[in-house]
Amino acid sequence: MAQAPDADEARVLALGGTTFPQLLLEHAAARPDAAALREKIYGIWQTTTWRELADQVEAIAAGLAELGFSRGQHLAIIGENRPRLYAAMIAAQALGGIPVPMYQDAVAAEMVFVFRNAEIAFAVVEDQEQTDKLLELKEQHPLLAHIVYDDPRGLRNYTNPEILSIDTLIGRGRDFLRSHPGLLKQRAGECSPDDTAAMFYTSGTTGNPKGVIHTHRNLISVSRAASAMEHLTGHEEVLAYLPMAWIGQNIFSYSQWLAAGFTVNCPESQSTVSADMREIGPTYYFAPPRVLEALLTQVTIRMEDAAAPKRALYRYFMDVARRVGERILNGDPTVSAAERMLYRAGDLLIYGPLRNSLGMSRVRVAYTAGEAIGPDLFVFYRSLGINLKQLYGSTETAVFVCVQPNGQVKPDTVGPPMDGVRIRVTDSGEVLIRSPGLLREYYKNAQATAEVKDAEGWYHTGDAGYLDTDGHLRIIDRAKDVGKLAGGAMFAPKYLENKLKFFPFIKEAVAFGDSRDQVVAFINIDFEACGNWAERRNLSYTGYVDLASRAEVYSLIRECVEKVNADLAADPMMSASQIHRFLVLHKELDADDEELTRTRKVRRGFIAQKYQVLVEALYAGRTEQFIETQVRFEDGRTGAVSATLRLEDATTFAPSAAQKRAA
Amino acid sequence: MSTRKIGEVILDLRNISLAFGGVKALTDISFDVREHEIRAIIGPNGAGKSSMLNVISGVYTPQQGEIIYRGEHHTHTDPHAMATHGVARTFQNLALFKGMSVLDNIMTGRTLRMRTNILQQAFWKGAAEREETLHREFCERIIDFLQIQPYRKTPVGRLPYGLQKRVDLGRALAMEPSLLLLDEPMAGMNVEEKQDMSRFVLDVNDEFGTTIVLIEHDMGVVMDISDRVVVLDYGKKIGDGTPDEVRSNQDVINAYLGVSH
Repeated sequence: MAQAPDADEARVLALGGTTFPQLLLEHAAARPDAAALREKIYGIWQTTTWRELADQVEAIAAGLAELGFSRGQHLAIIGENRPRLYAAMIAAQALGGIPVPMYQDAVAAEMVFVFRNAEIAFAVVEDQEQTDKLLELKEQHPLLAHIVYDDPRGLRNYTNPEILSIDTLIGRGRDFLRSHPGLLKQRAGECSPDDTAAMFYTSGTTGNPKGVIHTHRNLISVSRAASAMEHLTGHEEVLAYLPMAWIGQNIFSYSQWLAAGFTVNCPESQSTVSADMREIGPTYYFAPPRVLEALLTQVTIRMEDAAAPKRALYRYFMDVARRVGERILNGDPTVSAAERMLYRAGDLLIYGPLRNSLGMSRVRVAYTAGEAIGPDLFVFYRSLGINLKQLYGSTETAVFVCVQPNGQVKPDTVGPPMDGVRIRVTDSGEVLIRSPGLLREYYKNAQATAEVKDAEGWYHTGDAGYLDTDGHLRIIDRAKDVGKLAGGAMFAPKYLENKLKFFPFIKEAVAFGDSRDQVVAFINIDFEACGNWAERRNLSYTGYVDLASRAEVYSLIRECVEKVNADLAADPMMSASQIHRFLVLHKELDADDEELTRTRKVRRGFIAQKYQVLVEALYAGRTEQFIETQVRFEDGRTGAVSATLRLEDATTFAPSAAQKRAA
Repeated sequence: MSTRKIGEVILDLRNISLAFGGVKALTDISFDVREHEIRAIIGPNGAGKSSMLNVISGVYTPQQGEIIYRGEHHTHTDPHAMATHGVARTFQNLALFKGMSVLDNIMTGRTLRMRTNILQQAFWKGAAEREETLHREFCERIIDFLQIQPYRKTPVGRLPYGLQKRVDLGRALAMEPSLLLLDEPMAGMNVEEKQDMSRFVLDVNDEFGTTIVLIEHDMGVVMDISDRVVVLDYGKKIGDGTPDEVRSNQDVINAYLGVSH
């Protein structure tokens, strides 16, 4: 902390390490007392310095080595972001092993495939919940020999021979180190940048997950390029709150963490993230659109509950922000002095306090990635003065392909390719990529590798898009999702869904229309926002199913749908995609029911199949339809939910009439 | 799965009778509680369950009978004395300080363990400050244990009922009890909240070895989590034994399902 920022920056950029364990050793040597990780325990942030971390990693590595973990083996990492799980990842890499982070909310049955595919014998997990899951999984995958857990709560009386606590492992490691001093240094020296650094299973909207293999070189070169572009230093604060299995989280809080040497903060629990974020005040932040949506919904709900003068003030200044905020952030010189004054007043009264309560006061760079973000949502954050930028990439490209540069953010593009990345668009409109961060291959799946990576090394993204006149990439949709209406107009479901999801009352939407004559949509209400809305109207309801079926809620949703239609009518490309009919689903779409991927993307094909009766009923013009669906509870049991859903029409607008209305 | 050892009898209730004027709340009831076990008291409404708990915690003094707690005979007890002996309880209708934060409510559970006097605490220097730090740490462990970190600073009155119940349990745990009395810990909860609460009760028993006596209406919960069950009806004991024994007891079936005469 005593060092001057510039000295630190210079030191970070001078790091020569080409593998993660080497980077760790360099940080531990160069700035041993700087904070590497922080975790909130018992209400207090506890710091692990780089020196302590290196020490811990060495002990874990020694413990794993003693258990028989060796070069080329896979180590499953399952849990929330916990410092010792991070340490275990580096330890595995130091031994030449390959960490495989997995989604902590997946049920055992979903994990079996990955365990078998990667022949996993060792796992480091967070707690009892995960241990129980793996003990269950072991019956189908006897190869699993060792389960190491971080949090001993509830596990004291387990007598299963395959489990041990990470404290025990560390203890054994320290004993082992007495006879083998300098193990970490020696083993880290044996790591090559072309070793596999980690394997990520893609959530996959279709079929079995595929293991994406990235080398140290892949991940580190991409992380360095991105850090250099945003001038990240060892002083950044990052909050690690998304699943480690998602490559986005892994790049931001693992690869870039070790590449740039900043501090990663682990929240107390999943439910305290927003409070922890206010306390930490991250300077470098990333969030998939659904998180930003949820935050906006909360802000909207709280504003609705505020007193009338506050609401008026909020509305007035948010209008100002919408008008000029984005332009000011982009450094547009044509904004008038009066508007600037007004915006500054708004900053004092509304935007500043709002940024503070979102925990974004200190954010220098914020990214959104993982999915396309609705332009309205995106502009909302930018107009508040938060430097939110879109990022394009996928698991296979180690995230960074395109980033919107500071000052040149166009909401409908994802920016120009980064340094070292080349982009080509095929005649059919598919985006192809060459980048140092490209996956080496899919694990044990040469056929799938050949499908996406051609002989010249171009990666086929499966996204439809084009480069605009400034060289910025514009993504339209997944190539296979973009269809045509029976009338020949383009149908891009994601675009419609994002527009719908901008409304706080709509949590999820699924649009259908490929080769049909009109577009219809399923809507998932946001239970919190709609519940709050209903309460304020003294509308009583017994639960989700009841609320979702209320006539009042239907008319609320219809208003949202019609606003979207009015917007679409004004866009000549999209006016044919107006939503003619819709329904409100009786249950939330859920990853446990396979309706969403673990990263919460809609699995459109699966939903179309599962709810086929509803789709047909919408097109047949019926006004109600009975449906029974299976649901899976968090503990793995299944049950059935049935309901008679109402199907309603929404008003659509003629292109010209709507233009007047929208103007 | 659990390997905890059920130990000796620590609480022995012998021939307890309690009456309020002409109303006989409890008549000649005897049962015991062993160390580390989960002991449930069940019975229809008005059976005398809460009265029984109040006798154990010292709120009511029975007209007849004796209570032997850890080898000591008690005929006249009071709640303060029982609390200093390591008996803590939660309440059926919650008795939390609604305007105080979750943390402060749990801190009140540490009162008996505070050693500094009011003057020291007013100046909050030296011993008082150190003491508060220690107690705060203990409370933070409970907050972590009960997973109520997001509400640490929230006034209890603003929390939903299920969470208030958890705070009530937290306050009882802050006393580091060796015997914990839970008065309908799951009343008024939905299935999910009941599952959570059952998990916490089992965890408390498992992690801290706390002996637990609980009153509960939900038969499923009682049968799942308790080691032994005592059944009351109209102030009399009609059954006592393991969940299986109690379930097949004809008197119990009659009391619960009614019987045609």
